[in-house]
Amino acid sequence: MAVASNNPPLLEVKNLRVEFPTRRGTLLAVDDVSFDIAPGEVLGVVGESGAGKSLTGNAIIGLLEPPGRVAGGEIRLEGRRIDNLPYEEMRKVRGARIGAIFQDPLTSLNPLYSVGRQLVETIQTHLPLSAAAARQRALDLLKEVGIPGAESRIDHYPHQFSGGMRQRVVIALALCAGPRLIVADEPTTALDVSIQAQIIALLKGLCRDHGTAVMLVTHDMGVIAETADRVAVMYAGRIAEIGPVRDVVKHAKHPYTKGLMGSIPSLGVRHDRLTQIDGAMPRLTEIPRGCAFNPRCAERGARCLIERPDLMSAGTSRAACWLHDRGGVGAPVAPEMADA
Amino acid sequence: MLAFILRRLAQSIAVLLAVGLVAFSLFRYVGDPINAMVGQDTTMEARAELRDKLGLNDPAPIQFFHFITNAAQGNFGLSYRTSEPVGRLILERVPATLELSFCAAVFILFVGVPMGVYTGLYPRHWSSRLLQAVSLFGVSLPPFLVGILLILIFAVSLHWLPSFGRGQTVQIGWWTTNFLTLSGLKALILPSITLGLFQLTLIMRLVRSEMLEVMRTDYIKFARARGLTNRAINFGHALKNTLVPVITVFGLQLGSLIAFAVVTETVFAWPGVGQLFIQSVQFSDIPVMAAYLLLIGLLFVVINLTVDLLYSAVDPRLRGAGSARPAGH
Amino acid sequence: MAGWLHRVTDSDIWWSFKSSPMTVAAALLTLFIFAIAFLAPILAPHTPFDPATLNLSDGLKPPVLISADGDWTFPLGTDDQGRDVLSSIMYGTRLSLEVGFASVLVAMLIGIALGLVSGYFGGTVDAVIMRIADVQLTFPAILVALLIDGVVRGLISVKRHDEIALLVIVGAIGLSFWVSYARTVRSSVMVEKNKEYVQAARVIGLSPLLIMVRHVLPNVTGPVLVIATLNLGLAIITEATLSFLGVGLPSTEPSLGTLIRLGNEVLQSGDWWITVFPGITLAALVLAVNLLGDWLRDALNPKLR
Repeated sequence: MAVASNNPPLLEVKNLRVEFPTRRGTLLAVDDVSFDIAPGEVLGVVGESGAGKSLTGNAIIGLLEPPGRVAGGEIRLEGRRIDNLPYEEMRKVRGARIGAIFQDPLTSLNPLYSVGRQLVETIQTHLPLSAAAARQRALDLLKEVGIPGAESRIDHYPHQFSGGMRQRVVIALALCAGPRLIVADEPTTALDVSIQAQIIALLKGLCRDHGTAVMLVTHDMGVIAETADRVAVMYAGRIAEIGPVRDVVKHAKHPYTKGLMGSIPSLGVRHDRLTQIDGAMPRLTEIPRGCAFNPRCAERGARCLIERPDLMSAGTSRAACWLHDRGGVGAPVAPEMADA
Repeated sequence: MLAFILRRLAQSIAVLLAVGLVAFSLFRYVGDPINAMVGQDTTMEARAELRDKLGLNDPAPIQFFHFITNAAQGNFGLSYRTSEPVGRLILERVPATLELSFCAAVFILFVGVPMGVYTGLYPRHWSSRLLQAVSLFGVSLPPFLVGILLILIFAVSLHWLPSFGRGQTVQIGWWTTNFLTLSGLKALILPSITLGLFQLTLIMRLVRSEMLEVMRTDYIKFARARGLTNRAINFGHALKNTLVPVITVFGLQLGSLIAFAVVTETVFAWPGVGQLFIQSVQFSDIPVMAAYLLLIGLLFVVINLTVDLLYSAVDPRLRGAGSARPAGH
Repeated sequence: MAGWLHRVTDSDIWWSFKSSPMTVAAALLTLFIFAIAFLAPILAPHTPFDPATLNLSDGLKPPVLISADGDWTFPLGTDDQGRDVLSSIMYGTRLSLEVGFASVLVAMLIGIALGLVSGYFGGTVDAVIMRIADVQLTFPAILVALLIDGVVRGLISVKRHDEIALLVIVGAIGLSFWVSYARTVRSSVMVEKNKEYVQAARVIGLSPLLIMVRHVLPNVTGPVLVIATLNLGLAIITEATLSFLGVGLPSTEPSLGTLIRLGNEVLQSGDWWITVFPGITLAALVLAVNLLGDWLRDALNPKLR
């Protein structure tokens, strides 16, 4: 479960802005995003495609692809600023203090090198171990992630593993230098449904054993509900709601989150109808004035069209919605007609 | 693996036989061998006798068989132009062409590949852009023009290097070599550059585009995310993946070099097999053309086979059941 | 017509064209060269290959700006027979372009035809054609072209050969480049062949071949165009090389390659202009074509959008 909040946070993201200069102007893909991750906790970051969650993850590990760049805000790891480090300094942070897992295990591994060699290389880059000791550590990790016959498979090549096994190798690679935080970007999306649960359980178990925190980026709410301690819901480059997972799922405070939760079917619960939120998330070039969600919101008021809400306290969570402000939303305004 | 080798071997032999068939058809059916061999006043009977003696009246498959067996022993008949045995003509000139091609290949490998790697790793740097622009020139200039230009500058104007011929050569057994004399080495420079330049720009652009694609892959991104050093990423991971498809191209280029020597040898009056071939085309000297064809065919087949084997040795994905080279990464 | 034009100027391709100054420059250069070549009979100050107009005393004049011996009627100088270099270049470029385009066209036609046949009929026909393609691919195009030329030379007399040299060259180069087209078309045909509309057409009694042509050909236009742009530069270079080697276009109707060869013979004595100017023209032409081809390939490549 989540650790007590008076421990200093492992990761602090404050007012992060990521922008993309394009030939049609500068796009703001991540707009004033702030959150913390405590040591050992699992923070889920959920949202539709294009909401900015992967970019946030990339910004944290310092691998934003040009022309994207961090345009404002701070990222601190264990109190130390990492968003403005020179490349070589950040390189030492990557792998050793922050690990990353990406979506497709097939393309994440270099096909020409054996799994063992890739592990040993990473280990020896960050830890002062001899080749033999590094190899032993690699073996232990492979066993830990559940690769059967690790002694012989350590010298096998990526194409000789199945999809689920490969993702286990990827997890081993991410953990092998002992990072305190793992940024996992859609780690199960490319896997068969039957394997997804195994991998998620493995990730959660390993991180608990090693005391590693996880930032789990996904569009799959079910995974979050199973795995995360807290969840942040992103919309159009901003955080709409953030809070303990049980509270956000059962008692969503932001209208968008409510819509999301209502659209997930679950066994054993009778739904008359799955909720569907009319309209679509706006493109980065056409973000509405005021609250970005307002055109699709059934509970909006006049204020929502003019003032943009920051995250504000709403029970045990925080939500970016005037509904939770003493001033309220002002006079109700009907939602815009959805496009056909 | 063995199945793969055997299959490729069988394919190679099939290709060789096909080439042999073409060469044979040329030999037998284009022009009249008898006419080229005898004088004008030879009688019809003498010609008919000669025809019989040479087996020219035998059924075609038998003639083909004889042709192949003769060819395997290096017997290609006599040149129409000089009446010398074709086999000997070719043998005399092969060292010149091979040494020239070897130098050009070295030039390509040690200049072109590094340039490609460099422009692939740092594509936005001004030096990369400059090299790119220059390479565009390299691809657009026909090799013979390059040769003429080089001769104009370095031989006619500056008098630094010779404009034609092989210079002094040293004979070792049946091989003559340029490498042991200063004038021989000097004579090699301009022709090698001329021969290699076109292929060099091709390889440079290929390596560059492969490198750029490799640098965009997920495994490179993951390698960075693991905090590997730039050196490990660029030269460990990226380079190896880039060079694997380049092996194929370089192998094919070796063959091209030997074939394109035709042009370079003409420009520089280099006494190699290529120059011989051109003379044979101009003169319609069929036996020489046929022999050259077979020789080149053999060379290409051997090179292709070697490249395939090398490829499967380097890429572990191919070491399973016999398969062709993969198209992507 | 206006609507179509509007679509073109609005498209991504036009945007990428306009925004790259090098491509625009290349396009202008190409147009310029094409125009000159096309209008050569009208623009050229002399007719260098009509022996009646030649005067040996005009021979070996240097270019007008380099030396006092120059003459504005022969701005780029003359060769040893008194032929005006500038006019020779114009006519030569025209010939080089003719051969280049014609041979690419021939290669395309042969390639598409064989690709269609090979893909549609499959079986032995396909196997035979592909084997031939494989064997031919082991040889660089220039060798194939040389071989074909040598064979033709062996079959007919020299004089007759000179007369039809243009046809022989176009045929030789075309025959050496057909393979890439054939392969592309073949794979498209093999994909379409199994689609249901082809079988339906067969049931109705329509000729499936015609149906496929109507559906396959539009699909392959893109890749075929890409191959053609690569080929054009190569074809021009191949022709120039063959002519330079003396087995291409003869000196009675010289292309740029032939001109370079003729000039090469007097190069050692310092009369450089006879070779260098055609050389520069050739290089500029191929460079421009290559640049345009590069741009076209990038613009048509869906992966880079």
